[in-house]
Amino acid sequence: MASDASLPASGTRWPAITKPRSDWNVVPNLVDYDRTRAAFSWENARRDLDGLPGGRGLNIAHEAVDRHAAGRLATRVAIRWLSKDGQRRELTYADLREGTSRFANVLQALGIGNGDIVAALAGRIPELYIAALGTIKNGSVFTPLFSAFGPEPIQTRINIAKARVLVTTPALYQKKVEALRGSLPSLEHVLLVGAGASFAGTRDLAALMAGADSQFVIPPTDPNDVALLHFTSGTTGKPKGAVHVHEAVVAHHATARFALDFHDDDIFWCTADPGWITGTSYGIIAPLTHGLTSIVDEADFDAERWYTILEKERVTVWYTAPTAIRMLIRTGAAAARARDFRSLRFLSSVGEPLNPEAVRWGVEAFGRPFHDNWWQTETGGIMIANFAASEVRPGSMGRPLPGIDAAIVRRVDNRIEVIDEPGIQGELALKPGWPSMFRAYLSDDVRYRRCFADGYYLTGDLARRDSDGYYWFVGRADDVIKSSGHLIGPFEVESVLVEHPAVAEAGVIGKPDPIALEIVKAFVALKPGFEPSETLRRELLAFTRVRLGAAVAPKELDFRPSIPKNRAGKIMRRLLKARELGLPEGDTSTLEAS
Amino acid sequence: MTANEIAHVVVDALTGIAPEIDPAAVQSSINFREQFDLDSVDFLNFVLALHERLGIDIPEADYARLYSLESAVRYLTEKASAAKPSGSEI
Repeated sequence: MASDASLPASGTRWPAITKPRSDWNVVPNLVDYDRTRAAFSWENARRDLDGLPGGRGLNIAHEAVDRHAAGRLATRVAIRWLSKDGQRRELTYADLREGTSRFANVLQALGIGNGDIVAALAGRIPELYIAALGTIKNGSVFTPLFSAFGPEPIQTRINIAKARVLVTTPALYQKKVEALRGSLPSLEHVLLVGAGASFAGTRDLAALMAGADSQFVIPPTDPNDVALLHFTSGTTGKPKGAVHVHEAVVAHHATARFALDFHDDDIFWCTADPGWITGTSYGIIAPLTHGLTSIVDEADFDAERWYTILEKERVTVWYTAPTAIRMLIRTGAAAARARDFRSLRFLSSVGEPLNPEAVRWGVEAFGRPFHDNWWQTETGGIMIANFAASEVRPGSMGRPLPGIDAAIVRRVDNRIEVIDEPGIQGELALKPGWPSMFRAYLSDDVRYRRCFADGYYLTGDLARRDSDGYYWFVGRADDVIKSSGHLIGPFEVESVLVEHPAVAEAGVIGKPDPIALEIVKAFVALKPGFEPSETLRRELLAFTRVRLGAAVAPKELDFRPSIPKNRAGKIMRRLLKARELGLPEGDTSTLEAS
Repeated sequence: MTANEIAHVVVDALTGIAPEIDPAAVQSSINFREQFDLDSVDFLNFVLALHERLGIDIPEADYARLYSLESAVRYLTEKASAAKPSGSEI
């Protein structure tokens, strides 16, 4: 496109933000970018971890919990939990070892072992963190389900995973799972957290934990044993379960050191929910492998509450998301400047590209810029980042981490061409070999293999690189919607819409939004005998919200006489989007006559 | 506007964003996001809808007062009556 080619290589009118050394409270971990990259190897990074005693392998839970609980960090607070109603609960590394050991013993007693899948559907409560690490300790596989999902996405994911155990709360069970129970054939055990009504076919986790042994010896764990299963969405088909192994912890640990600048005494707050991979890789694992204190806030976003947490908990490193930052911007910088944020040293953001205004706003409100970084469910950890000691280029995702080789490529048939010239748009690609790379899409080898060509992993994101090696996000190469930091597959939403008796066809797009980057917008064509009306529009929105949950369901819905499709019957989402935005429609020669 | 009328507008704005909510089932003192499945974009749209329907400016710092029906009605009633006397605030 001409408009892209005419942009300067740096891609923005915003000047770079430099950070003089006199501003450093501590010396950043990554000071000399080129030298660190040249000297880095994943073999050496592996040596920052202990491995299981006696050379029995590598287990994430040992690195995150047991090794600290056995040493001088035993009494350090590992997780400081802030409840919605103002309680605080602190778990030291020793507490976390005991809790996760009891949970692992509960699984053993239920006959759940190596490779068995344990799903969790819960808000940010301490038991979720205990269940995650206890599952991993047991050699089983942890799969988080976002608690705002409706019954439909929950059912799909549990069935793809063939989960044998589900950990949830009585309220979520009643609201979202109980009615589905008959259509979850793999699910043998439901463990409920917290008092409340008891339901048939469920067990009280607290009672099981109390009766379990507090000691657990982690079984031998191969670094390539599966530890985590994270779901993500494509344009078509069902959600994809990205498989991650224990060795991923090498990357969680090393990338947090470089991109989040973790130091020994840090108090770290990752605002992401563990229902998504950021909330697991960096909300659970990385701060613990570094022996830090991690803040976990149960409540939803609230500007005043967040400022109070940053100030009163003396957060030093903060990892948040563009949608939240843009909501903070709405409240004005004055509200932030009235607070004492002198502890806060490093601000970072992920989930979707952070707009330059928001990067800059960090300086205005907190005296420090936000550091955007880029990665995805498949990469398991941060791949490209703006670093503490480097200048920040507002709007850029930064530069590849040590150990990560990125490129801009162009697909030509089944091969790819690497674009070396700076400033040219292409697909962002990565050379495989980093430890947290996904090892499969569960039960979908065809889609997994399609992600690789000519020795590269193809990310599906379009980007360009400037002449200094900074990468700039351009858009998605497919129709996946990025909303509030979550990837939403249009097919999953369309499939629910067409289940409604009035709907003949549906097409779903991401509509640009100043806060959430994109919102889900649906277009539907009705069956004969149904007429568009406000009542029907509301009924369809309600129908999708109940089934998919607010995080996935459309925010807007319009009626159309027909949904454009190509001759192969594929929904032309790009055309729907172009029409919605008043953009040129491009080549429509393959369009089905309608 | 009376408190009752304002309550009606609040519930109407809420069900406009999340039409699956039964207006009769809204519990007055419980946080909307505890009772119903609303994400942060929904909540923001709810606040914008209130602003549009009532013509009341709602600064972001006051958003927390809109978390439940009871609290929202109290807040919006105060704001509506504070705006009344001069009637000419620009």
